[in-house]
Amino acid sequence: MPQITYRKALNDAFAEELERDENVVLIGEEIAEYNGAYKVTEGLHARFGDRRVMDTPISEAAFCGLGIGASMLGIRPVIELMFWSFSYVAFDQLFNNAPMVRYMSGGLINVPIVVRGPANGGTNVGATHSHTPENFAAYTPGLKVVCPATAYDAKGLMKTAIRDNDPVFVMENTLLYGQKWEVPEEEYLIPLGRADVKKEGTDISLIAHGRCVITCLEAARQLKEDHDIDAEVLDLRSIRPLDQEAILKSVRKTNRAVLVEENKPFCGTAAQIAALIQEHAFDHLDAPVRRVSAYDAPQIYSKPLEDEMIPNTRRIIKTVLEVL
Amino acid sequence: MNKKTSQTTAKSAKKKSTAQSKGKLSGVNASLSRDDKIKLYRDMGRIRRFEERSLHAYQQGKIGGFLHLYIGQEAIAVATASLMGDNDHIITAYRDHGQALSVGMGMNECMAELYGKFTGCSKGKGGSMHYFAPDKNFWGGHGIVGGQTPLGTGIAFALKYKKLEGCCLCLLGDGAVNQGAFHESLNLAALWNLPVIYIIENNRYSMGTSQKRSSAGSPLARRAEGYDMAWELIDGSSVYEIREKLAPIMDRARTQPEPAVVEIQTYRYRGHSVADANHEKYRSKKEIEDYKKNHDPIMLFQRTLAEEGVLSDADIEEIDREAKKEAADSARFADESPFPPEEEIFTDVYWEVDHKTGKNEGRIFFND
Ligand SMILES: Cc1ncc(C[n+]2csc(CCOP(=O)(O)OP(=O)(O)O)c2C)c(N)n1
Ligand SMILES: [Mg+2]
Repeated sequence: MPQITYRKALNDAFAEELERDENVVLIGEEIAEYNGAYKVTEGLHARFGDRRVMDTPISEAAFCGLGIGASMLGIRPVIELMFWSFSYVAFDQLFNNAPMVRYMSGGLINVPIVVRGPANGGTNVGATHSHTPENFAAYTPGLKVVCPATAYDAKGLMKTAIRDNDPVFVMENTLLYGQKWEVPEEEYLIPLGRADVKKEGTDISLIAHGRCVITCLEAARQLKEDHDIDAEVLDLRSIRPLDQEAILKSVRKTNRAVLVEENKPFCGTAAQIAALIQEHAFDHLDAPVRRVSAYDAPQIYSKPLEDEMIPNTRRIIKTVLEVL
Repeated sequence: MNKKTSQTTAKSAKKKSTAQSKGKLSGVNASLSRDDKIKLYRDMGRIRRFEERSLHAYQQGKIGGFLHLYIGQEAIAVATASLMGDNDHIITAYRDHGQALSVGMGMNECMAELYGKFTGCSKGKGGSMHYFAPDKNFWGGHGIVGGQTPLGTGIAFALKYKKLEGCCLCLLGDGAVNQGAFHESLNLAALWNLPVIYIIENNRYSMGTSQKRSSAGSPLARRAEGYDMAWELIDGSSVYEIREKLAPIMDRARTQPEPAVVEIQTYRYRGHSVADANHEKYRSKKEIEDYKKNHDPIMLFQRTLAEEGVLSDADIEEIDREAKKEAADSARFADESPFPPEEEIFTDVYWEVDHKTGKNEGRIFFND
């Protein structure tokens, strides 16, 4: 199977969906002529032209809202936010319009949009550019949230998101764009709401999403090598819908869980997972569920400190050793 | 200055700057002493040398993240800062090194901030895009495009509320004019007669997008008309001209008070940020060269001051040598400075915590 980057996998997903459905359009800042600030949309403007791939001014509220409005008439906009941090400029559109229209119209209208872009820290760009709002989005009924960790997942989940009839927020990661994974050449889709066991294990469940999955895999490798601990790594892939069964299944098997996320701890994604585990698998737990989240402060600019702030293998391993 | 309709401004801005042509200086420039002029010149050179040194550090891997260089636009920072009195304030976007140095922040603290060091102006917490010096009436350094425009409006509101005769210079890029927050700010400023001057630093591009591809209607400052607000176009290659045209607008803001939109035409020589490898694709090499050769604010002012007899060749060399040395020293200072200790992650989040007032009863951080 060929290895391609996470970036190319997304690019292929867009190309295939643009090809398949005339109503799919790409909208965002610098995505067309400049080929994308992170080159995720490279070549698509050249191939599909102005009508399908559009550059916008720096007007997030307007172009996100425009996408929502257009989707009500059956267009399927895939809207790029250069960073998810910039979604805050468009908060009303994304969190108050997109998820509410269907409900308030009693199901008469639906909003088939995808809003996507990177949502991560670890890049030394300071607090305003390092937000990870998957928890905000998952908090909001009416929204779906996807956080792919690998190129394979990114492509399959993105294609599904584009075909979904509700708003789907896809949160990518600039640190993953350049990483390569095996991706089949034939078409495939990954359903939303299906977690993936990235590594089987028996001693403890590491449950994560996005780039933290990759960090967990590395931590699991070191745990095996240095401590003979066999950790399972469960990748949630989508936060809402959430594969609750897969979470419970893993915990029932290993009886221990460490939840790893780049969210801050207070009302972060892992807080919800922890609540679910204790509600539904309490009797299977041999130790309290623990979380490794980003530190509870705005993102610091200084690089060595930021590297400590977001979950790293050292912090994961330390927590696992405390649990076991 | 324009109120409502004026077709003349766009044209007159293209005319040769009167302020910089030989002969007597007028307006606010007439009273400049030799030392004042040298300071204007020196500060522009200092900004450039500082940024060139920071670029070098970036290439060495000592600085990461984003680095948005101001090179080519220096006259604006220096001219605006030179017009600020005790009650005047300034706020800008992420391309903020020029404003920082112009208002008197030191190269050491600025360079150390880029390095993420504890000796930086924000203790390594803000980085390149987020410099602040409230003691110098400099309110940042803002990373979100357009995000500073309501803040600048609020600073003006506070001045008026406190009955202080001052104004706020609120800088933004040509791309930022398309943010809703900017338009909402214009309306509030006009409605409440706030002493704020929105200064659009029009360097012709927002990232890889030319003004023509991003903004309907030109000049951009004319958008002020929709709010019944005065506006002006200024040639940003001339420190004298910026000063001469901006000074009366600042006076009106302070005394009436009355807001305005000012568009200063300028150019950035480098990419949008250091990471912008494409910047010779969305604009031509020829265009960049033309600005460097014919519109460079430092070179033009150097020529003017030489013609005025203010600067000799030896002075020019000496000033540049000092600026280079100051920049090199700041890089050494930054290099030798420590990173912030890890506890610093949790300071400066809440005032109550930092000052240990004991007023908080509940738990405030949730790390374990
Ligand atoms: C809300 C928001 N959207 C997008 C960005 C990414 N971004 C940073 S600078 C920039 C271009 C801004 O151009 P302009 O306002 O002309 O200022 P210049 O960079 O030319 O100084 C963009 C798109 C951002 N920082 N914030
Ligand atoms: Mg610009």
